[in-house]
Parts: sequence; C-alpha cells; structure tokens
Amino acid sequence: MNRLLDDTLVEVRNLKMYFPIGKGILRRKVAEVKAVDDVSFKIRRGRTFGLVGESGCGKTTVARCILRVYHPTGGEIFFNSQDIAQWPANKVQPLRRNMQLIFQDPYGSLNPRQNAGSILGEPLKVHKMVNSSREYEERVEELFRSVGLDPSMADRYPHEFSGGQRQRIGIARALACRPSLIICDEPVSALDVSMQAQIINMLEELQEKLGLTYLFIAHDLSVVRHISDWVAVMYLGRIIEITGWKELYENPLHPYTKALLSAVPIADPLIEEKRERIILEGDVPSPINQPPGCSFHPRCPIATRECSEVVPQLRNVGGDHEVACIKV
Amino acid sequence: MALLLQVNNLRTQFKTERGLVKAVDGISYYIDDHEIIGLVGESGCGKSVSQLSVLQLIPTPPGEIVDGEVLFEGQDLLKFDPNGKELRSIRWGEISMIFQEPMTSLNPVLSIAQQLTEAMELHLKIDKPTARQRAIELLKLVGVPDAEVRIDDYPYQFSGGMCQRVMIAMALSCNPKLLIADEPTTAVDVTTQAQLLELMKDIVTRLGVSLVIVTHNLGIVARYAQRLYVMYAGRIVESGTSRDIFRNPCHPYTIGLLKCVPRLDELRGKKLVPIIGLPPNLINMPPTCAFLPRCPYRVDRCMQEKWPELRLIESGHYVSCYVDIWERQR
Repeated sequence: MNRLLDDTLVEVRNLKMYFPIGKGILRRKVAEVKAVDDVSFKIRRGRTFGLVGESGCGKTTVARCILRVYHPTGGEIFFNSQDIAQWPANKVQPLRRNMQLIFQDPYGSLNPRQNAGSILGEPLKVHKMVNSSREYEERVEELFRSVGLDPSMADRYPHEFSGGQRQRIGIARALACRPSLIICDEPVSALDVSMQAQIINMLEELQEKLGLTYLFIAHDLSVVRHISDWVAVMYLGRIIEITGWKELYENPLHPYTKALLSAVPIADPLIEEKRERIILEGDVPSPINQPPGCSFHPRCPIATRECSEVVPQLRNVGGDHEVACIKV
Repeated sequence: MALLLQVNNLRTQFKTERGLVKAVDGISYYIDDHEIIGLVGESGCGKSVSQLSVLQLIPTPPGEIVDGEVLFEGQDLLKFDPNGKELRSIRWGEISMIFQEPMTSLNPVLSIAQQLTEAMELHLKIDKPTARQRAIELLKLVGVPDAEVRIDDYPYQFSGGMCQRVMIAMALSCNPKLLIADEPTTAVDVTTQAQLLELMKDIVTRLGVSLVIVTHNLGIVARYAQRLYVMYAGRIVESGTSRDIFRNPCHPYTIGLLKCVPRLDELRGKKLVPIIGLPPNLINMPPTCAFLPRCPYRVDRCMQEKWPELRLIESGHYVSCYVDIWERQR
C-alpha cells in the first residue's frame, strides 16, 4: 500500500476482545464478557475520532487494544498500515513511541513520588529520544512550555499542582516522544467546567501545531461534538452508529443515539421547554448475558419482535452514515 | 405559593492551620412551596457546605456556623441544638437530602429494607410490617423493578442509577417538605441522569415537595429549575429566574460559565472561551470581589471597593457586580 496516498493512520477491522470469566480453583472458563465485539473504524491522520457511549460500553477497551495493552481476541488493528493486533509484547513496546495516552484522572495518573520534570523526562529515556543531558533538559523545558506551564515548576511534585495543571503535565508526558496518535480517554471529565475549556482549547491548538491524530473518548456528547471530525457511538461492545460529526448530531438515526442526544441538557431554558425528550427505561444490561438480537431492544422505544431475533449489522444509509438498526 | 425556607446571611467558616476559610460568606436565599431551585457553582464554591449548614451537619470543630438565620416555616433552625430532638425530627422528617455518590451514601452491610424502614419507624412511628409495605410502595414509585424481591438486596447488588433511586425513595419516605439534592447525578451516565432527574421532577411535582438541585451543570438547571442562584467563592453572585439569567446573564462569572462549555446546538468552529486563571483559595481572602483576578470586565472601582452587595437589575434578578456589562457592550 502506498503510504503517501493513504491518510489512514489507524484502521480497526472486526476487533473482538473477550474476557474469560473463571470459576472454581482452576479458574475454569465458564463464560465470556464480550467487552468489544466486531468493531471496525478508521482514523484519518491529523483528525479527531470521537468515541462516545456510557460507562461499560467498551470505549476504553477499544483504546487499550489499539495501544496493545490487551491482546485482542480477534480482528486486525492496522497502525501505519501494519497489522499490530497479534504482535508479541517486545515488538509492541517500541511502537508505543508513536501512540500515547492521556488519562481521565489527573490525580491517579501521575506518580506522587516523582517530580514533574522526571515525569516528563521518563518517556524520553525509555525510548532513547535524547543523546545528552543537555538535550534532555532542553526537551523537558520545551514540553513544559508547550502546555503552558513554567519550566521552573519542574522540581515540584504532583500534589503541588491543581487538577488542571496536572492534566497539562499528563498531556506534556504524552507529547514527550512526539507521537502521531494520542488517545484521550475522558481527558476533561474530572475537571471543573472552567478548566475543561482551557484543556480542550489546548488540545485543539496542539493538534494544529503538531499534526496530531486524536482518538477522543468521552461520555459528554457536547464536548465530543465540539472537538471531533468523525464520531462513533458504542453500546454494549458494538458500534451502533458512525458518521461525520455534523451528520451524527443533526441527523441521528439510531434510537439510542437519539436518546443520548436528548438526554444532554442545553443551557437555555427556552430551548429546553420545546425539546423533545426521550427517556430510556431501565439500565444498560450486563455484557455477560447480553439480550438476544439487537442488544438495545429491551430499552428501545421502537423495537418489535424482529429486533430480538436479528443482530443488526452496520450498514451504509448513504453519505458515509452507517447505522446498526433494522428499523432505520 | 408560600415561603418554605428562607436563609438569611448565612456564614460558615472552617478554622484550619493555614487560616480561616470562609466557605459560606453571607448568603441569603429562599425557596417557596412546590418550587424547584438550582444552586450552581464549581467545586469548592460553598454549595454543599451551605446546604449542610441548613441542617447543622457541619462537623464542629473545625467548622462553625458563625452567623445567619435559617427560617423553615418560621422557625430558626440554627437556634436548635445540633444534637437536639427538634432538629433530629426535622432532619429527614421535614428536610431530606440526596448526596452525590449513591454507592457511598448507602450502608453496604445493611439490606435496602433495613435502611429504608429505619427512618420511617423513627419519624412516622409505624411498626415494621407497615414500614416494609410502605418501603415497597416507595421503591415502586421510584421505578425499581421487582420491588418486593429487591427490597431484601444489598446496595452492591444495585447499579449506581438504581442506588440513587433507592436514595430518592429513602429521602421521600417520611413525607418531607423540602428535598435537597446535592449533585445527584454527577456520578451516573447521561441517560441515567435524564431518568433520575425526570423522576425527581415528576415526584416532587406530584407530592408537592420543594426541591433544591445543587449542581455545576448549567444544562440541568436550565432544564429543571425555575429560579437559580450562582455561587462563587462562598457568595451568591447572581440570582433570578432561570429565564432571566440565561437570557441576560449579568455577572462576569455567569457569562464566563455559559461561554466555556460547548453546547449541542451551537455553531461549530467557535473557540471555547475559558475563564482565565484558577478559582481562588478561600483562605484569607481579600475584601475585594473574589472574581476580580479572573474578570475580563473589571474596572478601577472593583480594585478599590469591597465585594459588591447584590443589586437589583430587573424584577427578581440580582447581581453582585459594579459593572453594567450590557451597558458597556451596547
């Protein structure tokens, strides 16, 4: 494949990640959790791919499979046109220079006993990105500046920073080895609203400046709408709708997507009065024994008997809009 | 509509090693019968402390309610002994509260039945079987499926959303007049959030309970609250009906909050406008306006004079700011 012509950085095909449930002393496998089941998508270079869904739908598992923290049960993961899905661990490690992760919890994701400078410097050492101590220091300083922090803070420990500043350190750490892909796993959910805007703006600026590609995972649909070019909605381990951001938000087709969107309140009482609200019943079922057919049918307002029999596949309904629902 | 709760000039302070924290610094608000109000602000602005102070649930020391009145149906709750009989009958009997984390507000080693009936036996003076019967009805009311069976389950057997339903049932169990929901949906997913808020709204309207929603989410108050109070650094900086505040926000902080969150219905390509700087440290605050260091509209007067009192902008709409923002932009 000609890499110059191909602007796809990541392509996931039929990704499956099943976790065994063991029982007894021998941990005999009695069942499986289908955390990710037959997921396919492409992420284009320099773009932001948004992945939305409620907790437990498999968003983070997809991310961890791409990073090869997990060994996928099946499917292919192309990164820079190489299928890395079944690579052994020693081959994957150098690859991680090109793909980094920003975590949700700015408190839990930094080592409290390491100062900020060495947190940022560690990836440089691990991936042997610098040759001299002078180069090391310059790079760490540059990283601090790139996320709007003062390099003189390098001696401070994580507890001396505020939540927003810690998240900046987390982002700088992800930038340290000049990756092409950054997976942002709920990067702003733990922050106060006034901090969220600062971090989102910064992520956008960094993307423009460094040509980064983002896989942006979030449950906040308005944040995803703001930042993403292409959006996939997940429910119980499957993608149920995937299309460009504008199409998804203006013309949602899957009943789950519609319900999700109507659940997000808009900060304007006049609009709220007129909005149609779809309130789903019940909870997300357990991924251990998923309902037969479409896994959304027990909560779906338009489900019929057929829905409990057929597992709907994603199909193109025109204009690059794919949806997995037989009623659409 | 009759006045249910009126809080006047409430001040709660915490003595810490590094200085005095004025967590709630002279706030006044009221709520009528059958009303839903919102209390909005970011973490650390004193929303929760103000609500805990109403029921004197502040740990003393280090906390202390130093001033103010909490008039509930004409009685000043702050005059009561925090461990006394009067206040104990009001807590949960007249005013009940729902907290942010449903999983941690329920006792993990007691079954739902035990937890639900305890308060009813104490407050309503009914016997166990009657309390249990009523508990089942309440669980049905809040939409817990198979209530007869699930009442004997333990909290870990419920999902977060279901736990919060149980909390709502518990909060309503003794026919309170006022329900305070402190960030009731922060820990749950959006579709569950919509379910819970819709449920709470339905129930309070049906039972005629007043509701205070404490939240940082402006969307939620826009959807549910009739009036709202915006808090910053222990004070109310703007208050009014939701319509007025969203149509015509007058405090720079409120304007900042509205501009810094992406909305589902906005045009894209617009950059978010963050509120610059950090929220203030509440220890040893200067007498000037606490929002001053982050305020894009500040004038000389703000730096010289004390934190402005709330002043009337239009009917029922108050703001604590020297600057006439809309005048200036015209």
